[in-house]
Amino acid sequence: MGEKFFGKPIKRKEDPRFITGAGNYVDDITLQRQSYVAMVRSPHAHATIKSINVDKAKAHPGVIDVILGQEMLDAGIGSIPVGWLLDGLKTPPHYAITVDKARHQGEIVAAVIAEDSYTAEDAADLVEVVYDVHSAVANPAKALEGGAPQVHSDAPGNVTFNWQIGDKAATDAAFASAAKTVKLDLRNNRLIPNAIEPRASLADYNRGTQEYTLYTTSQNPHVHRLIIAAFVMGIPENKLRVISPDVGGGFGSKIFQYPEEIIVLYASKKHKRPVKWNAKRSESFLTDSHGRDHVTTAELAVDANANITGLRVKTAANMGAYLTLFAPAVPTYLYGTLLAGTYRTPNIHCEVTGVFTHTTPVDAYRGAGRPEATYLLERIVSYMAQELKMDPAEFRKKNFIGPDQFPYQTPVALAYDSGNYVPALEKALAMANYTKLRADQAEGRKNGRYIGIGFSTYLEACGLAPSAVVGSLGAQAGQWESSLVRVAPTGKVEVFTGSHSHGQGHETAFAQIVADRLGVTMEDVEIVHGDTAKMPYGWGTYGSRSGPVGTSAIVKAVEKVVNKGQKIAAHLLEAREEDLEFLEGKYQVKGSPDKAVSFGDIALQAHLAHNYPADLEPGLEASAFYDPANFVYPFGTHIAVVEVFPDTGKVEILRYIAVDDCGPQINPLIVQGQVHGGIAQGAAQALFENALYDDNAQLLSSSFMEYALPRADSLPSFEIDHTITPSPHNPLGVKGIGEAGCIASTAAVANAVNDALEPFGIRHLDMPLSPPRIWKAIQDAVPAQAAD
Amino acid sequence: MYPAKFTYHAPWSVEEAITLMNENEDSKLIAGGHSLLPTMKMRLATPAHLIDMKNLRSLLSYIHDKGDHIAIGSLTTYHQIESSSLVKQAAAILAQTVSEVGDMQVRNMGTLGGSIAHADPAGDPPAAILASNATMVIQSSGGERTVAASDFFQGFFETAVGAGEILKEIRVPKFSGGSSYQKFKHPASGYAVAGVAVCLTKNGGNIGGVSVSVTGVSDGAYRANGVEAALTGQAFSEALAASAAAHAIDGIDALEDPFADAAYRGQLAKTLAKRAIIAAWNNA
Ligand SMILES: Cc1cc2nc3c(=O)[nH]c(=O)nc-3n(C[C@H](O)[C@H](O)[C@H](O)COP(=O)(O)OP(=O)(O)OC[C@H]3O[C@@H](n4cnc5c(N)ncnc54)[C@H](O)[C@@H]3O)c2cc1C
Repeated sequence: MGEKFFGKPIKRKEDPRFITGAGNYVDDITLQRQSYVAMVRSPHAHATIKSINVDKAKAHPGVIDVILGQEMLDAGIGSIPVGWLLDGLKTPPHYAITVDKARHQGEIVAAVIAEDSYTAEDAADLVEVVYDVHSAVANPAKALEGGAPQVHSDAPGNVTFNWQIGDKAATDAAFASAAKTVKLDLRNNRLIPNAIEPRASLADYNRGTQEYTLYTTSQNPHVHRLIIAAFVMGIPENKLRVISPDVGGGFGSKIFQYPEEIIVLYASKKHKRPVKWNAKRSESFLTDSHGRDHVTTAELAVDANANITGLRVKTAANMGAYLTLFAPAVPTYLYGTLLAGTYRTPNIHCEVTGVFTHTTPVDAYRGAGRPEATYLLERIVSYMAQELKMDPAEFRKKNFIGPDQFPYQTPVALAYDSGNYVPALEKALAMANYTKLRADQAEGRKNGRYIGIGFSTYLEACGLAPSAVVGSLGAQAGQWESSLVRVAPTGKVEVFTGSHSHGQGHETAFAQIVADRLGVTMEDVEIVHGDTAKMPYGWGTYGSRSGPVGTSAIVKAVEKVVNKGQKIAAHLLEAREEDLEFLEGKYQVKGSPDKAVSFGDIALQAHLAHNYPADLEPGLEASAFYDPANFVYPFGTHIAVVEVFPDTGKVEILRYIAVDDCGPQINPLIVQGQVHGGIAQGAAQALFENALYDDNAQLLSSSFMEYALPRADSLPSFEIDHTITPSPHNPLGVKGIGEAGCIASTAAVANAVNDALEPFGIRHLDMPLSPPRIWKAIQDAVPAQAAD
Repeated sequence: MYPAKFTYHAPWSVEEAITLMNENEDSKLIAGGHSLLPTMKMRLATPAHLIDMKNLRSLLSYIHDKGDHIAIGSLTTYHQIESSSLVKQAAAILAQTVSEVGDMQVRNMGTLGGSIAHADPAGDPPAAILASNATMVIQSSGGERTVAASDFFQGFFETAVGAGEILKEIRVPKFSGGSSYQKFKHPASGYAVAGVAVCLTKNGGNIGGVSVSVTGVSDGAYRANGVEAALTGQAFSEALAASAAAHAIDGIDALEDPFADAAYRGQLAKTLAKRAIIAAWNNA
């Protein structure tokens, strides 16, 4: 098999369609007799619903129906379940339309169905809800205090779970005998996903077949089908078809099953009409599951030789008002298990309390738990280095797990199968011209310029696996992936994958792999995804799993096709199977290339079956289900160089250097795109992205007027390179890269800003490192130096 | 984002537009729509009648050289203004200020008249209008009147444009001294958390005449008289710029929002004033 396409920076096949407006998104789909729904949402974060009067809304011309929570409950529509269970987890019901109380701003109180979307919106304004408004709590630490407003009566103290990992006694002992310890209070700020395409759902119930079709913005259509059919609607799974056509970004927020999806399905059956909902951007802000939001105390211990000996972490994780699909896994198994990072920390203990608050649910958001862990670890490692007056790069290098230590068992469950951390760090230092950079920094300080240099020598664990392990940790799901490779009589290939592309470029990257292995062109390969009626069962795309897991299933299925083709070729060439080899699209007798038959001819014969092996089934297709042996462990070094302007507190990122190791790169252009976007997202968390609630749990940053996304002009040109350490356990050796940039960059930028502020005596500032926060800290630290 | 129902009008003359306004009490003019439409989509504004001025572009979109001043039609877009060599030469402060508004899409749609009739406290153009001592021409059914910039802005989204009136023209005196607009952008909206416009003339090593205006900081753009007084006739130095800039918020209660409190806004106004004075001096 040649490698014509693998490893090449091929432009994405799907992009012309996306950038010329020819994509097919849920809102592009319009069905006969389609109706529309508008949601009546609670303006209050915590309120008992005393009464709802729908008379005026129902009387409004063009209104078809107004649906309330009790009606759906009476019809047997269930609560939206949690897909990851922890010991003692409190799971209060989460109904599509609340029945008794609103527990966060934006919770649905009623749904108005009308002939068009404008009428639905007008009538939603006519629904009269009388609320008894209660005090509310948004901050997880405050929600744990005695006397805090309670979110659910069956989760006393607002605690949904207490979880821990690591050896507490050993860690406490490490701290007791440490030469030096440091302690940091950290707030990991809450983020709002903001996919470019708002969520949308269109349900179509067919009363003839009693089948539901749900077109919806999902990262995992089969998961939607399973959860919604079996657990919420109580209908046979084979009576629900879920189609996720082109989906404009997700960042995790489109993994989960949302109330609106349930409402359109219910209403479509009730009225025997298609029902569509398309989120307004203001609804996206209020109701797409948010990310992060931890309040943490972290402590690090070293011995007299600056070896890290212990890490102790206590976190209150804000879960919002309800637990959504993967929420309990995010601040636990995706967080605590990552706290060893790239370091030989022998003792780690981490305690997490999951906290209900009167806020939008919090679940997986690009990186999911791993950015929180990495920010904490990389920040406190830099903080300790500063305390030890050691260079942060030196301190890291000294504590790295050595290349000869793999497989490496961490004290927090994960077993790293491969890694080599020094070369990535050295490469990044060379790119940065580190020695000169430090000299420039020192020189600048003399002249009132405040440059900072920040490191993040991160590790991430992605492609959760194997299923049995994930299941033992509480997942109510498998984490393998599937594919079906179908060859048409003309030799054209369709690849059905359980992965789902919503920005990742699967149509290109997957086609590169298949084209190489079948010796066909990329145009000969069609990647099909996003429809439960077409694909074999799949778990979807999140957690950087499509590279390591999704492609592995494809490679296995392609191998089966190639092997079957070989049998047909042997028959046609009157040769023995083992005497043949498959090279660049041809089966040929080893050593005599003129005795050959092309893959296309094999495909045709497989379908005609005229001249065919007697004992072989006709047709040429194969499916494969791949359950990986382990996670994959990408890593790398990111260096941010920033300048802080003391008179305004503004931060400018001067340079950003990233060396990532995701193993062999299927398509370097796509890898770079992922790294660029990830860095932008992570840097934005460090500098300005912040979901801000007031004391009544009202979301203040509820539009793009207040909530800052990164823009091209807030970022420098990134300097990017890589090292290659293949994963030892999957066929391509590939590791995920979808989240790495976002996992690494927050800490690099935060460390750089804190480094820049050192001359002011400032030791640590929380994120977001916004100009007002920095300016104020400088004022407080050195009043004499207040900028004039 | 679904605006409430409204009746749409697209008159062909200023007079017809005024008649429509007078006949329909709950009406709104729409120019570029870049301030009005977002509020309508959020249903914060729900006018029953929308009077679209698109057909008045041939009448009210122009940049004319009038000898001592430049006459700019109210429907002239930011992009037309920032790319006009006449404005760049003879009213540089306006050209620079509008080039700081939003992005290219916004500047292709937004109009100078719309911006100053709207009088967003965080808007950029009002700073340039004040610093350049522009005059506004307003028309109603009773005829035309002119209002000086210093009387035009009247607080939070309030201007001298009354019910049944249209802002027709902005007259900007030609100015050949130095000028600069310095802006600190809100990281999300891109509007001015604070913005300071300075126009000054040199008199040897001294500052001659000077005007300084501040936007983003108070409920409307204002002239910073304290800064002007501290600069007028003085020998220029960076130290002078700094000490004068310290008066940028004299007598002002600076706005507070979740991004910036009053102290920080005040600091920005002073810092930007200093930068603008120095930059204006350097290009005078
Ligand atoms: C994404 C985005 C970014 C932006 N960024 C900035 C920024 O950085 N800085 C900034 O200053 N602004 C910014 N704006 C606002 C922009 O400048 C608007 O275009 C401007 O404020 C209003 O001009 P308009 O022509 O769009 O007016 P419209 O929105 O059409 O009208 C605004 C108001 O003025 C009234 N009006 C309009 N024309 C007249 C007239 N001739 N006579 C009487 N009344 C009239 C209307 O009735 C309405 O009440 C931004 C807008 C957007 C959408």
